[in-house]
Amino acid sequence: MMTDKDRNLLEVSGLKKYFKVGKKKTLKAVDEVSFYIRKGETLGVVGESGCGKTTCGRTCIGLYEKTDGQVLYRGEDVHQMKGEKRRQFTKQAQIIFQDPYASLDPKMKVSEIIAEGIRAHELAGSEEEIKKRVGELLVTVGLDASYGTRYVHEFSGGQRQRIGIARALAVEPEFIVCDEPISALDVSIQAQIVNLLEKLKKEKGLTYMFIAHDLSMVKHISDRVMVMYLGKIMEITTSENLYNKPEHPYTKALLSAIPIPDPHVEEKKVRIRMAGEIPSPINPPSGCRFQNRCPYAVEKCRLEEPPLVQMEVEHFVSCHRCGDIS
Amino acid sequence: MDAILKVENLSVLFRTYAGEVQAVRNISFEIEEGNVTAIVGESGCGKSVTSKSIMGLINKPGIVSKESKIFFRDENILEYTEKQWENYRGQGCSMVFQDALTALNPTMNIGKQITEKILVHKKVPKKEAWQEGIRMLELVGIPNAAMRMKQYPHEFSGGMRQRVMIAIALTLNPKLLIADEPTTALDVTIQADILEMMKDIQKTHGMTIILITHDLGIVANFAQNIIVMYAGKVVEEGSSEDIFYHPAHPYTEALLRAVPRLDVSEETLETIEGAPPNMAKPPTGCPFAARCKKKLPVCEQTFPERVELTKGHEVCCWLQKGDR
Repeated sequence: MMTDKDRNLLEVSGLKKYFKVGKKKTLKAVDEVSFYIRKGETLGVVGESGCGKTTCGRTCIGLYEKTDGQVLYRGEDVHQMKGEKRRQFTKQAQIIFQDPYASLDPKMKVSEIIAEGIRAHELAGSEEEIKKRVGELLVTVGLDASYGTRYVHEFSGGQRQRIGIARALAVEPEFIVCDEPISALDVSIQAQIVNLLEKLKKEKGLTYMFIAHDLSMVKHISDRVMVMYLGKIMEITTSENLYNKPEHPYTKALLSAIPIPDPHVEEKKVRIRMAGEIPSPINPPSGCRFQNRCPYAVEKCRLEEPPLVQMEVEHFVSCHRCGDIS
Repeated sequence: MDAILKVENLSVLFRTYAGEVQAVRNISFEIEEGNVTAIVGESGCGKSVTSKSIMGLINKPGIVSKESKIFFRDENILEYTEKQWENYRGQGCSMVFQDALTALNPTMNIGKQITEKILVHKKVPKKEAWQEGIRMLELVGIPNAAMRMKQYPHEFSGGMRQRVMIAIALTLNPKLLIADEPTTALDVTIQADILEMMKDIQKTHGMTIILITHDLGIVANFAQNIIVMYAGKVVEEGSSEDIFYHPAHPYTEALLRAVPRLDVSEETLETIEGAPPNMAKPPTGCPFAARCKKKLPVCEQTFPERVELTKGHEVCCWLQKGDR
């Protein structure tokens, strides 16, 4: 039988990432989160701005040093890797950034941007071969092979994001963190990019961590979804469960706020309102992070932090009250 | 219902180094009084340029063509004098911009920015204007309004800043409010709160709103009428019912199908292949023809005339002509 260890590509336990703000304050961007990502699956990560989803993704692939906890990639601690191991890891794990305008060097030709990784990892023997690879990659992401000689400013947002994807694919990774890859794009272009990511996943057997704030898109692309709020995990479950039987009050509130492009459905929709605004992660509320905005909060929520508890297979929730409310 | 605003043959072009960019190409539409009309389209379709023309905010290198007419209650605003424009902006029509952080002045407190507008338009003592400012902040749901008046934009969260923008737009009680992507930069939960607040105010004040957006989701629960724009042209307009349940233009159909829905599971998303045309050299025929799956030979040659399908539901598409 396959053990969890064999099935999991990434195992995160008790991960913390704090940033120092000023002299005395600390911003707890990610505060003790534990989760895993299976080989070949897409884990969606959602939450409002400031919930720590991007920090979590970047720490998972070692772009940030951790403050505490552990990230295991195929059983190896990402933050302890050195030398050749670390180099190998940078080849296996890649990232696609949110802003295709800021994440591509305007002074480099597209072919150079894509070839950089190929050269660094010596994946091609000769210049000829590199050129061929770059051409193939451009075609893979739906661009013309001749576009390699152009500069980034000559492309539209959607095309730039395709270049970003080609750059990530250049080193033949197995795990890609997609950090809001579509939020800067137009609706009709978003669908193109999401379909491309899904196609590539199937063809190359990739594993994705898909970070986004657009829940409808996350539901569409993910196998499982993780909901974050102020650096903590509120709920993790399969994307079907999340939308059909969400347990955490925050998840419910978030879902009910999403507009559905159908006037008749919208008319009947009941919104679950949250009180106030998201508090500062520098000074989060005591107990459950969500208690001061939660319509169901009781004394216990203010005093004790709820642990992430398994409700059923593949469904974890951190809430004192999720058994009482429905 | 009467039209509060009539746009006739509006064309706007920008003279740039890359050539003349025809952002809006000869469009006409009417806005019903007391209703919410959404102008929907992707970046570069001309929706923001249209709204800026209505506010008289097109500056060089932008040019509004001589044939264009915009009637606000039977007066052609494009013939206004500078003085008339001043009156119209604020009391007739007001605008909420997308990015509140760049639209607000970072060096002035919120109170000053609200009262500035009141003091320019009305001869009232400063104290009274300040009180009016507090009332406006309360109207848009900002707690501790009196204290907040003295704060600066950076002390507000994104959602609160957008509320301030709306408060400023609503002072002087304009008849027509143009909201240009008012919630695009915000989180969904805050977006829902702000839209609800706008809807309430619209109902209680009987205001007319033009909502400019690319998000069909927020349109569904807000607008009565929808205008769909593509490449500087109006391609379809109708009631919310018409557009969502009986879309007639292939672009509208495709747009509706490209958005994933929470309440429906779909295997793959339908995409609109390709990209919108270059507006410096717009195609002579239907601008969507190059991406259209139902294209006819005629589509690439001539732009289709407007056809009325049912009352108020109009579309510019060759598929709706003749043989149907």
